[in-house]
Amino acid sequence: MRYLLRRIGFYLIALWASVTMNFIIPRLMPGDPAEAMIAKMQGQQTVTAYQLQALRVELGVNTTDPLPVQYWDYLNNLAHGNLGLSSVNFPHTVVSVIGEHLPWTIGLMAVAVTLSFIVGTLVGIVTAWRRGGVLDSTLPPVLTFISAIPYFWMALALVYTLGFLLNWFPISDGYDIYNTSPGFNLPFLLSVLRYGCLPVITIMLGSLAGWVLPMRNTMVTTLSEDYVLMAQAKGLSERRVMISYAARNAVLPSVTSFSMSLALIVGGSLLTETVFNYPGIGLTLFSAVEGHDYGLIQGCFLVIAVTVLVANFLSDLLYTALDPRVRQGRS
Amino acid sequence: MQVTNNEISTEAVFSQEKGRGNNILVLLVSNKKLLIGSCMVAFFILMAIFAPVLTHYNPSNFSNDLSFPPSAKHWLGTTTKGEDVFAQLVYGARVSLLIGFVSAIGSSLLQILFGLSAGYFGGAIDDVLSLIMNVFLVLPGLPLAIVLSSFAPTQGFVASSTIPTGFIVLTLVLLFTTWSYGARVLRAQTMSLREREFVTAAKASGETSFRIIFAEILPNEIALVVSNFVTTTVYTILAEVALEYLGLGDTAVSSWGVMLYWAQLNQVFLGGQWWWFVPPGLCVAIICAGLTFINFGIDELANPRLRSDKMPKIKKQKKEGAVA
Amino acid sequence: MSQENEVLLEVNNICVDYIASNGIVHAVRDVSFQLRRGEILGLAGESGSGKSTLAYAIARLLRPPALITGGSVFYYPRLHESSGNGEQKLDLAPQNGRGGIDVLHLTRAQLQNFRWQELSIVFQSAMNALNPVLTVGTQIIDVLEAHQPGRSAHTRKKRAMELLEIVGIAPERLNSFPHELSGGMRQRVVIAIALALHPELIIMDEPTTALDVVVQREILELISSLCKELGTSLIFITHDLSLLLELADEVAVMYAGKIVERGSQRALLEHPRHPYTYGLMNSFPTLHGPRRRMTGIPGSPPDLRNMSDGCAFHERCPFAFSACQSVNPELRIVVPEQPDQVAACHLYDSRLTMRQEIPNASTFAQGYELQGERSKA
Repeated sequence: MRYLLRRIGFYLIALWASVTMNFIIPRLMPGDPAEAMIAKMQGQQTVTAYQLQALRVELGVNTTDPLPVQYWDYLNNLAHGNLGLSSVNFPHTVVSVIGEHLPWTIGLMAVAVTLSFIVGTLVGIVTAWRRGGVLDSTLPPVLTFISAIPYFWMALALVYTLGFLLNWFPISDGYDIYNTSPGFNLPFLLSVLRYGCLPVITIMLGSLAGWVLPMRNTMVTTLSEDYVLMAQAKGLSERRVMISYAARNAVLPSVTSFSMSLALIVGGSLLTETVFNYPGIGLTLFSAVEGHDYGLIQGCFLVIAVTVLVANFLSDLLYTALDPRVRQGRS
Repeated sequence: MQVTNNEISTEAVFSQEKGRGNNILVLLVSNKKLLIGSCMVAFFILMAIFAPVLTHYNPSNFSNDLSFPPSAKHWLGTTTKGEDVFAQLVYGARVSLLIGFVSAIGSSLLQILFGLSAGYFGGAIDDVLSLIMNVFLVLPGLPLAIVLSSFAPTQGFVASSTIPTGFIVLTLVLLFTTWSYGARVLRAQTMSLREREFVTAAKASGETSFRIIFAEILPNEIALVVSNFVTTTVYTILAEVALEYLGLGDTAVSSWGVMLYWAQLNQVFLGGQWWWFVPPGLCVAIICAGLTFINFGIDELANPRLRSDKMPKIKKQKKEGAVA
Repeated sequence: MSQENEVLLEVNNICVDYIASNGIVHAVRDVSFQLRRGEILGLAGESGSGKSTLAYAIARLLRPPALITGGSVFYYPRLHESSGNGEQKLDLAPQNGRGGIDVLHLTRAQLQNFRWQELSIVFQSAMNALNPVLTVGTQIIDVLEAHQPGRSAHTRKKRAMELLEIVGIAPERLNSFPHELSGGMRQRVVIAIALALHPELIIMDEPTTALDVVVQREILELISSLCKELGTSLIFITHDLSLLLELADEVAVMYAGKIVERGSQRALLEHPRHPYTYGLMNSFPTLHGPRRRMTGIPGSPPDLRNMSDGCAFHERCPFAFSACQSVNPELRIVVPEQPDQVAACHLYDSRLTMRQEIPNASTFAQGYELQGERSKA
């Protein structure tokens, strides 16, 4: 229990850090942030004085208030769920835009990560159990290579081969926008599943190595522990030794490393969304960057950060459930 | 996603070759994975260095040969604006590798600074530094990098030099978002090393903390530092390519990621111009895989149990299996 | 009771090698001995003498790169017992002509059956031998489940609680995790698990080394009384000869992969015959008796990769002579009146020493003292 409370405290601090970073970043750049943004656009759009002022308002730099006051206003706004207006999707608020797109990302990631974890862990266990076998000699190098491929490039390759050439899966969007409409109807849900296949496969392939290889390595170490030897000496079935004695212990570091790699997986899936035009928060962030919608950029970052924190906390809960030594406050 | 075993001791790595001396080259050749990985990485480094020799085209020169497939004249074909893809690839290697390695070096310095200080001093210093490390660890790196890059200027040059601003920005951003993992790993290793007797002896003989950290502890962690550097480089290269693909790098200078950016902008993969987007992605994949193999090699040298070689053969008549 | 004092385990010329990349290590070299029912055999020796390797080889628990390269192990099960229906499977096991099961050639299924029902092991470090994520109760019960599937869960739980009581632990501890128990308690748990199926033979590998002396004493008393009550045979492995001199019936001393001396507890205490045994016994002080100068055994054990032809101990032995370098001594009866004590030493081979009288304790003492002074000079 104490362990969990400590973790919650930590996450609150991390939350504060993300919020503050969001506040600081635009103000870090030299000069007037608004004019710097305009300079970035490099004449791609003509900017009126009105827009310049609107930009200043949006960034919160139109005041001559001292910094602490600006900070307080910012926090205040946040607490009320006010993340500002989105210039790309004017006049929608940032919150509403994010709210529309976030569920897609969460759905995609939840499915992809769960599948990846299950498949990866099982493959890791079996590979370690049969040391020196066919799996053990071929999988690690192959998986290493696959995991080194940039997510979005793999997405592009998959789109090209499976989608474009072979036409097995649709290559764009989250659902069939022409024939179905969102809601709890079967055609919609089915098309969501169909359209989600390629993105899920991409994320799975990209993160698989991250499960298989550490699991294999930890299993190899665990298999040489005395308690595994004793389990074998007890004449227990191979399955029981492998699962309850070896894997149960070997999976613990995987759960820990999952928390740490979560941030990476999120990054990868964001990129995947851009390739597939999948209507998640990654695509939103991308179009915000393209359209210089700074309010939306900041909003997306905050929401992503919070989601990662929550996922981390959930994995901490899982770890506590799996490892009895942690419950006593001994880690 | 990087996957390495964190328990690496420099002694274990070098003790493998006790009979043949501590030669780095000998080490390199002894482990297959290390050897293959190093070759892959060296290939690209050489490609980058010898770019002017490999092609006579200038990567940003437009021509009238628009969207030509690979031919004898243009080895990897041309872009929609007539630029030679192969030239972009080899000159782009310079940019991608330069930014990747420089930011990895900077990140490693931060890792050493934070990790060793936190691990050695312990107490309040450790609490504060660990907190900072953990916060950075939990913040999603790529989104943070996106936010930072989108607010920073990326075109033009720094002051009146020839260094593009985009490079500096990218390097700093990558540095900022990749140091935390390695720092934590080094901290853990330092904490276990500081209990060792040679540290107590050094303290007793009056060495300053600074000297103890950098002259006594650091040399014992070199294998881990190298491994972290390699891991960080993989991250920085991948992240750099991702940021450039999103248009957050200097889009005027050709690099692997920027190539992909322009390719995507021109809807190339739908139009079937694979020669524009396949090579840069493949290059990134190969060099990152090479770096990862190097890491595996270091892991295996340090922890022999991870090797998947079979048991050495023994005479047939002596075999009587006594395996569990 | 005609089965008492019969041979339970027969080990013949066992050789175990470790295949390393820089040579083959001969960890156990041509070891033979017999164990009777209800007997406690102590196996003593320094680290690297091969005692643990020998025990694991008998139980077929060696891991690569270890390999049994020669010899045989025969186990004589108790005839027609009604302890569970697992025994039938062993009837199909490969046998020698006298009703002994060839342990080294059991199939996987037969081996699983053999394990724990006939032979169980108590590992050296209980903390490492217990699965940290399962309760102690689960670890006792799962072996009952695996070998006696017919019983009900309730019976198994009762049996588990019984076992804990036998070793002196409160039955409520069934639901504790290993890290919640003290070192002594954990060791008792491991002993309880070893007793679960009433095995005929238990191998204990340094069960008390990791514990403090007070707890050590308790555990040893527990082991001793349990063995007497249940009639279990025991192979007790330790580097601490003093423990064996109280606990064991027979003691075998190992050096460099071979048994160099074997005899009853009494015999070894009163007249150790092998110079190494003498050195071992005099390397720990006694509480009573006159003050003695302590002599260790100078030098270190030989490299098991290149073994010379002669006696493995000759370089450290104060009494080595020419024959010791070239001829490997066999275990032979030292004194015809005491046929149960054997030692592998040329000092007792009158053909080689050209003498009739055999060394006694004072000869040994002087020899070691001289050697001690020589090495200091």
